[in-house]
Amino acid sequence: MASTEEIREGLAEIVNEITGVPAEDVQLDKSFTDDLDIDSLSMVEVVVAAEEKFGVKIPDEEVKNLATVGDAVTFIEKAGS
Amino acid sequence: MSKVTIQAAREPRSSRILGIGGYRPSRVVTNAEIIEHIDSSDEWIRTRSGIESRRWASDEETVVSMSLAAAQKALADAGVQPEQVDCVIVSTVTHLYQTPSAAAEIAHKLGTNKAAAFDISAACAGFCYGLSLASDMVRAGTAGHVVVIGVERLSDLTDKTDRSTAFLFADGAGAAVVGPAAGPAEAGIGPVVWGSDGEHLDLIKQREDWRDALRNEIGPTMPHLVMQGNPVFRWASYEMAKVAQEALTAAGVTVDDLDVFVPHQANMRITDAMARTLKLPERVAIARDIATQGNTSAASIPLAIERMLETGEAQSGDLALIIGFGAGLVYAGQVIRIP
Ligand SMILES: CC(C)(COP(=O)(O)OP(=O)(O)OC[C@H]1O[C@@H](n2cnc3c(N)ncnc32)[C@H](O)[C@@H]1OP(=O)(O)O)[C@@H](O)C(=O)NCCC(=O)NCCS
Repeated sequence: MASTEEIREGLAEIVNEITGVPAEDVQLDKSFTDDLDIDSLSMVEVVVAAEEKFGVKIPDEEVKNLATVGDAVTFIEKAGS
Repeated sequence: MSKVTIQAAREPRSSRILGIGGYRPSRVVTNAEIIEHIDSSDEWIRTRSGIESRRWASDEETVVSMSLAAAQKALADAGVQPEQVDCVIVSTVTHLYQTPSAAAEIAHKLGTNKAAAFDISAACAGFCYGLSLASDMVRAGTAGHVVVIGVERLSDLTDKTDRSTAFLFADGAGAAVVGPAAGPAEAGIGPVVWGSDGEHLDLIKQREDWRDALRNEIGPTMPHLVMQGNPVFRWASYEMAKVAQEALTAAGVTVDDLDVFVPHQANMRITDAMARTLKLPERVAIARDIATQGNTSAASIPLAIERMLETGEAQSGDLALIIGFGAGLVYAGQVIRIP
């Protein structure tokens, strides 16, 4: 099972690949919309890539609750355990 | 029991696209005009869809007149005479006559010699569906030359006050002439990878059928198109990238062999996501006709190819991957040689 930091790093890589946001900016307290400027369509791409990378399922209705990078990391940790 | 043998059709041969042509309606509709009717902004529309402007047809620019113009250009491009055309296939969801077909009228007005003619309904996958039918007809010997037309007046079925579709849909026509290739080495249309997924028919559809629309309590209304944009985006960006990959495999090529990528011009963001998922090399030219054309459904792929030939982004002989996807849900993709 990946550690919190490993999941954050993986997520940061995905965000960087899809949006060009520097990976080091993708920290747990950052809001996807307000801090990282990721819109709803990029968020779909991030979610799909994360599902593939971490082998988890992130339902559509759950995506709305993932406001920050930390929210997403916590969800992936729980879903993968 | 009669013992005669039914004479078989000719030996299978190869097919290719011989010519392409398009028709773009004269009226340019800017985002400024769109946002007079919806709560939105030029910036939102540009960033979410890549659309800067689109074309909407006037009353004179009908499904039939736009198709004729596109088909005549494609025939001229192919160097094929109307009398050589054995079949006309028209894909449209906006020919507002249930019968007769647009194809029969177009075949006549083109000057074909009583060519077979019929319409198909495969929404934004319509051009690729039609191309597959045409290719198989030529290969089997059912037809010598086939004109395939994708044409829409989506503005007729678009609710100008609906935030999720008003900025997206547009009008136009695109056509291709399909005919025999000199030999297998000259084959120009790869195997189609296609399918449907009616479980998700609610994602993009006409709100109601004509009967209900005409008997509406508030008086007759148009049965407008409605769409759940976000799930469509997800489906198109990922599931369709898989279909595109299968179309490459079916044709025996890889992304490294490609020169051009022409997905249905649904939304620039879908195109970008697909290109990323497919890991297209930098050198592959990507169709971006949507910026000034909007989403023209069945017409978008031939229109985009025509534009790329005009700008020099694509050249005759280039290897292209095309894929259409839309309401149904339906999809179809194949590898082609640009005529
Ligand atoms: C239509 C589409 C651009 C909408 O984008 P989206 O990000 O999914 O839109 P959502 O409905 O999730 O809304 C996201 C935000 O944008 C806002 N919004 C929606 N439509 C808007 C519009 N026209 N103008 C401005 N803002 C709009 C929403 O209110 C929401 O804001 P909020 O986050 O503050 O609540 C997008 O889903 C899409 O293009 N999908 C594919 C459509 C397609 O190609 N169809 C044809 C296939 S053949």
